[in-house]
Amino acid sequence: MSTAPRLTALDAVHRALGATMTDFAGWDMPLRYASERDEHNAVRTKAGLFDLSHMGEITVSGPEAVDFLNFALVGNIGSIGVGRARYTMIVAEDGGILDDLIVYRLGEPDAPEYMVVANASNAQNVLNELSNRAEEFDVEVRDDREAYALLAVQGPESPGILKSLTDADLDGLKYYAGLPGTVAGVAALIARTGYTGEDGFELFVSPGDAEKLWGALMEAGTPVGMVPAGLSCRDTLRLEAGMPLYGHELTAGLTPFDAGLGRVVKFEKTSHSDSFLGRAALAAAAERAETAPPRKLVGLIAEGRRVPRAGFPVVADGKVIGEVTSGAPSPTLGKPIAMAYVDAEHATPGTEGVGVDIRGTHEPYEVVALPFYKRQK
Amino acid sequence: MSNPQQLRYSKEHEWLSATEDGVATVGITEHAANALGDVVFAQLPEVGDTVTAGESCGELESTKSVSDLYAPVTGEIVAANQDVVDDPSLVNSAPFEGGWLFKVRIDGEPDDLLSADEYTAFTAG
Repeated sequence: MSTAPRLTALDAVHRALGATMTDFAGWDMPLRYASERDEHNAVRTKAGLFDLSHMGEITVSGPEAVDFLNFALVGNIGSIGVGRARYTMIVAEDGGILDDLIVYRLGEPDAPEYMVVANASNAQNVLNELSNRAEEFDVEVRDDREAYALLAVQGPESPGILKSLTDADLDGLKYYAGLPGTVAGVAALIARTGYTGEDGFELFVSPGDAEKLWGALMEAGTPVGMVPAGLSCRDTLRLEAGMPLYGHELTAGLTPFDAGLGRVVKFEKTSHSDSFLGRAALAAAAERAETAPPRKLVGLIAEGRRVPRAGFPVVADGKVIGEVTSGAPSPTLGKPIAMAYVDAEHATPGTEGVGVDIRGTHEPYEVVALPFYKRQK
Repeated sequence: MSNPQQLRYSKEHEWLSATEDGVATVGITEHAANALGDVVFAQLPEVGDTVTAGESCGELESTKSVSDLYAPVTGEIVAANQDVVDDPSLVNSAPFEGGWLFKVRIDGEPDDLLSADEYTAFTAG
């Protein structure tokens, strides 16, 4: 079996920049270009440019696209307006999360078309699931992973950088919305989405246009402090913003209700039927969550300097009360932080006596509400 | 990156200075610092500790991982670099200078320490 990693359309650019590359979900991706802390801080204060071409795009179109997506996903897809986007999930029959997704509604009312964006590590599975679930519907599920490169400009300077390169109405483009336009002469789906906690844009373009767009963005962004940014800082940025990551906060062993994201499940849908795959299990999970609260996802801030990592036990009074799902030194807070699932009785912010077992030593941690960081608007 | 000629190197990516009165300074190489990423926490051996060549004597924590710090030689620790404990990024910014980690009075050293050229070849391979 060939295991050669896939290369993005920007591979030569990353190598020319001297990026440290890493294998990520079968793709050779830039981890960092120089210092990941500098890249993190640039996104918080100026801007960062990411190559996210490993994300998995799947286009769903056809007369029954809405009914199909309402059946296949947990959200109410019918209520997404044209040009808007929604965070949702796909679950298994038992309610376990298969992936978290962003669905963009692209088509006009008479020609329904949606783009489903899956995590790189789950894209093939999501594609398979959607294809299987589509059998009873008049829809086309199209694998568009090869059709798009994805560049993201994130940070407070990103609107200004993009405005210098496009005539698109960015001021009219709300958070979680997307519109087709032209950026630096390149046809793009311009979406105001991201995974950093900052204002920013994600630009879906043809792979053949990716280098040209990258070059134009760097030329426009460098004078205002934009830097290329890798996956390492993307992880610390999303962690500070309290955003879940599949494989860490979200797994097939958890339902959306167990993950504290029950709000994405819509039992009533705007289509001919309210039935959807996983409904019975999720209804039971919703009831369980009411009567016997599951472990809660909380934030932990270190009092010391040792860094908690995924899988480390959370402890109180010498007993294990939870588990770290993501942890890293936070450049913004200047302290190690973590997300962790902990027993409900220890989940209240300010709960005393909570620690993390770091290679045998119980280091004290403060329990806080998520997110750790929220941008000032 | 270039590895200073006057130093010797271990295969665990520590460098060792020439000895003065039997005491050598130890740090990690630029190659290792780059591989770690931003170092955010350093647990160094303490003065008076005895360290053994090839065995773990501390930890270096970076954004993404924690790595053991190995002793390139056997001996007694006579100094630990408090500047690095206070500002671990020195390991990245000046691995061969201000980012040194500890000084050790050498009791014994392994016979597989590398010259600068040998270490350069080792990390290239």
